[in-house]
Amino acid sequence: MNTASTRAAGQRRVVVTGMGWVTPFGTTIDGVWNELVSGASAVGRITRFPATSFSTNFAAEVKDFTLSSHLADCGPHEHAHLNAKYALAAAASAWKLAGLGDLSVTGQRHAGFPDLNRRRMGIYLGAGEGILDFDNYVAANLAGWDAESRAMNDAEWARVAYAKLHADCEREQEPNMPLSHIARAFDVRGPAYNSLTACAASTQAIGEATEIIRRGSADVMIAGGAHTMIHPLGVTGFIRLTALSGRRDEFNAASRPFDQTRDGFVMGEGAGIVILETLEHAQARGASPIAEIIGYGSSADAYRITDIQPEGLGAVASMNEALQEAGIDPSGTGPDGRPLVQYVSAHGTGTKENDSVETRAIKRVFGELAPQIPMSSIKSMMGHLIAAAGAVELITCIQSIRTGILPPTINLHHPDPDLDLDYVPNCARDMNSRGGVRIAMSNSFGFGGQNDTLIVKRFEG
Amino acid sequence: MTGFGYGADALWDAMIEGRSSLRRIAAFDPSGFGCQVGSEVRDFKVRDHVPKSYRKATKVMARDIELAVGAAKAAVEAAGVVTRGTALDDQAPTFDSARIGCQIGAGLIAAEVGELSAALATAAPDGDFSYEAWGESGMGNLTPLWLLKYLPNMLACHVTIIHDARGPSNTITCAEASGLLSIGESRSVIERGDADLCFSGGAESKINHMGLIRMDKLGRLAPVQVGADDAEDFDGRTVVRPYSPDANGSALGEAGGIVLLEALESAEARGARIYAEAIGFGAGHAPHSGDPAVRAEGLIAAIENALDDAAVKPDEIDAILPRATGCQEIDEEEIAALRRVFGDGLRQIPLITTTPAVGDVVASTGGVNACVAAMAIRHQTLPARINTGSCPDDLQAQAAPSADARLRRVLVCTGALGGQNAALILQAI
Repeated sequence: MNTASTRAAGQRRVVVTGMGWVTPFGTTIDGVWNELVSGASAVGRITRFPATSFSTNFAAEVKDFTLSSHLADCGPHEHAHLNAKYALAAAASAWKLAGLGDLSVTGQRHAGFPDLNRRRMGIYLGAGEGILDFDNYVAANLAGWDAESRAMNDAEWARVAYAKLHADCEREQEPNMPLSHIARAFDVRGPAYNSLTACAASTQAIGEATEIIRRGSADVMIAGGAHTMIHPLGVTGFIRLTALSGRRDEFNAASRPFDQTRDGFVMGEGAGIVILETLEHAQARGASPIAEIIGYGSSADAYRITDIQPEGLGAVASMNEALQEAGIDPSGTGPDGRPLVQYVSAHGTGTKENDSVETRAIKRVFGELAPQIPMSSIKSMMGHLIAAAGAVELITCIQSIRTGILPPTINLHHPDPDLDLDYVPNCARDMNSRGGVRIAMSNSFGFGGQNDTLIVKRFEG
Repeated sequence: MTGFGYGADALWDAMIEGRSSLRRIAAFDPSGFGCQVGSEVRDFKVRDHVPKSYRKATKVMARDIELAVGAAKAAVEAAGVVTRGTALDDQAPTFDSARIGCQIGAGLIAAEVGELSAALATAAPDGDFSYEAWGESGMGNLTPLWLLKYLPNMLACHVTIIHDARGPSNTITCAEASGLLSIGESRSVIERGDADLCFSGGAESKINHMGLIRMDKLGRLAPVQVGADDAEDFDGRTVVRPYSPDANGSALGEAGGIVLLEALESAEARGARIYAEAIGFGAGHAPHSGDPAVRAEGLIAAIENALDDAAVKPDEIDAILPRATGCQEIDEEEIAALRRVFGDGLRQIPLITTTPAVGDVVASTGGVNACVAAMAIRHQTLPARINTGSCPDDLQAQAAPSADARLRRVLVCTGALGGQNAALILQAI
């Protein structure tokens, strides 16, 4: 018992062959990347519902999105909620980049590789639930509420709810629906899972998808996440938790991870999807690996429902497990004298607690090397995509590896004396003169204490 | 945790005796709903099942969380292990906390309408809801931790805190397949060496306003109306009739089904009384189709993958626990899959059906059914089947009393609303 996890030599290698996203900055890999590298902000006033009087009335919304420009055959997805539509579009982009087919053209979905064994292809999403049919739901609740007795008249509630709620809209709220839509669009027959571990979900999904391929239960996995909580009760819930920034008058500068004046996170929405394959499968069909997943760790804080373990022990356990699996000594350096992990995509929400604990956890894992490892939070620019955040952030890690450029943490103008790591403040950094980025780590920590870490490496044959 | 109460023994005893826990719903007035019966866990106070220091936290537990917490405690007791949550003063926990994982599946948790309505009403002074009033002051009437009652991963959150489980933790949300998929994930976590013990399964209650109306609008529920005066005389055994030509839907049950999976070496080292070994697991997704025989491909893939994983042949399966919902379109899909995998041999394999007894327990399905399968293996007994309908000749699904049986391997399988399927094979140790 109590044996440390070890990896068998010669196990199946898992590579990324495609990736796609839907973000508040848009839907193309290069377009969104350019915005991130330029240090832009996608935050604006909430337009989805009348939020004027809400103490937080701003968020990073996905704009000008239409599924039909990503998916030719939209008919089966007409009732899909935004989370599923985002997931479909991101998956279609990833699929196309992987050379598997083109869903924006009728009849081309498996054109790139018609021999794909559908039973050996699975899906692992970390997708959030759909959107409550708020107006109709409220109408039923108000009709059913008896103010005098301060109790529900259940029969009256049912009368209005049966009349107003729609079966399709209700079904689509189940968190497995984005998964089901993707399965239908891509004709997936293999293992299919949705994990909903709050803000850690899509990091976890990609990690577990990697494990599924490693243990031989699939050759190809569509993995990632999708979410939006920019709806009345989503925003309400986070406002009540005092988790959101309240800088109504300077919303572009509201998301300020690691800044001394940070006052909470800013909500974003979207999806990130990667195509994972065994190296053999990718090579056999002539695909070019973009990167390799070499480490995954998962842990629980088991501390308190509202607080993170103050020393970040859960995050430390998750990172250590991922490093161990990747065979990386966190205190080691490469032949060039640089730390072996050259970039960390922080969870970096911009809440007081997260950023302090995360900084402590990084120091505990990397020790003296910690200040030499750049760590930034793209949540400063596109907000917190909740369940989808981890997948989108893994894609930014891969972009950093591909381009040698690190995205910044913007709005970091008041250094916190206790937070003394290199957060890549305000301006992107070109690492190419120093050898670029070979290995990057992405962290996601969920409300409720679930922690997940992925380590991704440049594909080197 | 089922309609028969706390713990797997209560469920098993009722299954042996052929009882049903389906009754007229008591949690609220069901008279305005199309289906008015369900299986509710009654006389359960979660406060009595958590350490004293944790009682305050029970105020922010949705019903689904309460059921998970209860089921996790029952599982710990049945396993003969000690955790932070069950240790008496001088006891040390059996496991290093870093080696305990938690994979508990969940559903879409519905907010309690009474609590929310009271707050919403403050933003509707003249009867119409005002976003402006809600933002200004209405939402302030919701308890600050309101959101945390309803996040699906809070089942695992509470269970991991109570039992100090700091290993890998996941929350699978694939409707009825959540529980079995979670057990499969736990098995993988243990096999890859990342934990020695895992809480595995799921918990859910859809016996609430939104859960009931959603499932009814999807055509899943039998249109059973029972007046309050007739509640006591109602015979719950008649509601769910799996595979019967006259089946007209299911009924909901609330439940928490959690098994503890443990590395074999660990269990042997501590001299545990092992229920069964999880020798095979498989998953598969169904193609979208109006034809149940085509949709069955997903369950076929899951079962075949599990058989491959276990390296056993279909004729080496001694009993099957299918989903058996009593919804014709789901039953047809299930029968098509079982016929394809087991062929003529199917008529030799007894089915164990839990839905007539505990209702459709959604995300808890895999956990509850794995408990029943494990008990059947331990006792070498088939529980009674209650089915007031008829069923096809090649299915052993008709009513039958409990009976001794040689049960070496039992298959547990389920599909899900959405097309996910999973299968698990348990084997006598």
